[in-house]
Amino acid sequence: MGKDIREDIAWAQINKDVLKSLESPRRMYWVILFIAIAMIGVAVGSEIYQYTTGMGVSNKNNSHVWGLYIATFIFWIGMSHSGTLLSAILHLMHADWRKPIYRFAEAMTTFSLMTAGLFVLVHLGRLWQVYYVMPYPNERWVWPNFQSPLVWDMFAIATYLSSSVLFLYVGMIPDLAICRDNIHAGWRKKLYTVMSLGWEGTDRQWRNFRITYLTIACFLIPLAVSVHSIVASDFAMSNMPGWHVTSFPPYFVAGALYSGCAAIITLFIILRYVFRFEEYMTLPIMKKLVRLTFAIAMVWTYLNLIEFASVWYGHDQTAKDQLIFKATGPYAPFFWAMIFFGSILPLMLAFKRFQTHLPILFVVSILLNVGMWLERWMIIAPSFAHGHYPWTWDHDQWPSLVQWGIVFGSFGWFTLLFMVFCKVFPSVSMYEVKEMVYHRSLALKHKPAVKGEY
Amino acid sequence: MSKRHLLALFNDFDEAVAAIAELRGSNIKGFDMDDMILKSPIEHPEVEKVLGDKPVHVQWFTLIGACMGGLLAFFLVASAQANFFSQIKGGKPIVPLPPDFVLTYEMFILGGVFITILGFLICAGLPAKRSSLYSTKVSEDQIGILVKGDESALAAFKTIFIKHKALEIQEEAGK
Repeated sequence: MGKDIREDIAWAQINKDVLKSLESPRRMYWVILFIAIAMIGVAVGSEIYQYTTGMGVSNKNNSHVWGLYIATFIFWIGMSHSGTLLSAILHLMHADWRKPIYRFAEAMTTFSLMTAGLFVLVHLGRLWQVYYVMPYPNERWVWPNFQSPLVWDMFAIATYLSSSVLFLYVGMIPDLAICRDNIHAGWRKKLYTVMSLGWEGTDRQWRNFRITYLTIACFLIPLAVSVHSIVASDFAMSNMPGWHVTSFPPYFVAGALYSGCAAIITLFIILRYVFRFEEYMTLPIMKKLVRLTFAIAMVWTYLNLIEFASVWYGHDQTAKDQLIFKATGPYAPFFWAMIFFGSILPLMLAFKRFQTHLPILFVVSILLNVGMWLERWMIIAPSFAHGHYPWTWDHDQWPSLVQWGIVFGSFGWFTLLFMVFCKVFPSVSMYEVKEMVYHRSLALKHKPAVKGEY
Repeated sequence: MSKRHLLALFNDFDEAVAAIAELRGSNIKGFDMDDMILKSPIEHPEVEKVLGDKPVHVQWFTLIGACMGGLLAFFLVASAQANFFSQIKGGKPIVPLPPDFVLTYEMFILGGVFITILGFLICAGLPAKRSSLYSTKVSEDQIGILVKGDESALAAFKTIFIKHKALEIQEEAGK
């Protein structure tokens, strides 16, 4: 396997290459931005129609109370997982290959969470009552039920979003100082000057920075795991058939990591091309990322089997019927598509020839996320369609175009936020890539010429 | 006697470290080692040996923040639940500990993160105005050593910096 990065790359060149991405991306950047805005247009139109007409236009009904909105909400929460979690874990493990790619992965976390948050509002329908989500008492001093997983959700997601934003921002301060020093006028200069907080790279600043970054990384790992476990509790703590399974929290965490890793591969390929980051987002790094994704895919597959087995061999006949319904009923094509995209397709990633083939990886990574989105939909829709009581069964419900339009547009919203971020802020961490180059060149210098010299 | 600042820029990190070691060992009159600041484009934990022991206090902020966050969350939730005159509990515990642990845990982390950032800003002296002796090369690829000393010490500083192949020396009157 080749080198993750060239050791002889000049530090000034690193600054130049990354700062160039803020000025002149390839034309494809604007094409992506235009498509994203068009997708948002579809979502905004659908939401306005739903808001003015009523929730009935979404085709949700008494049986199907959650639908695509909550499935997609979980998908986006899951997507947010890998960025910060992987960045924090790899930072603690001193895996320096994370350095050129962690910044955009963390940004992905932030914008995925912001997209997920929108679905709570969309699902709510009556937007003007959003303040009910906030934890404060009513006029009779009755507080929200703090024992409800839905309230935990609100706390967990707010904590994760604010901590992830701070983690992203703190890690960016030295780079913002580089931007401040190299951009000489305009709104960007003012923005970078304010946001860099007067950073000068003094030994005192670096010393405190190191401990702070490490400490936040330590907090973020259990936090990320807890957030998706809590989202899993929304399901596992209810008595809906197919949901009341002990393995749901780890299953959700694995699924979240999986979809996040697949999304990092997709964005890696896009950024590498659009911002000409071939020197930094290298194929050996991609190879490591692909292997990690493969490993997580296998964990997810195992947990899926555990979930099926615990339902199959359990005592809850309704849950077993529900599992059979999923695999053979009207949702069967989607169920088997989920199994194919989530468990069979990733087997390709085990082959060396595909691990660095970017066009194939681009398509596969998107399909993996299609599988992960289907997973969330397959958790929600069949359970509502075929619950405990036959008089609640509704096998024919299909989400309306309004629901599909809003889900479709959410991908545009995420893309827009992400691409604007990458154009305004350095998406490759300059100082950490310099550290990587420095330590690798030092290691090369001290490498024994003859084996066994130590 | 008025103090003056001097900033020397180096291309080679080893030379910069050697210059710091010599500054420490030479006992220049009118110069205190605590008045020396190293500026670099990347973090150099190995330089701490030469700079001497400089403790970091951010962890104390973390500890306080995390404990405060957890305690505040628990007492907020417990006091809301303990308002049992308006919320009928039906024989269930007024303050149920297992479910309350979830929010306590989340706020423990949130408090820890927020106050760690506050601690970082305080301990690192941020936000700050950039010193007038600052070179943009420091954020690119050069290492800067900023020293403050009496006028009489300037010549000795310059000798050491030139000996260790400083690329550039900037000088400014201190306050």
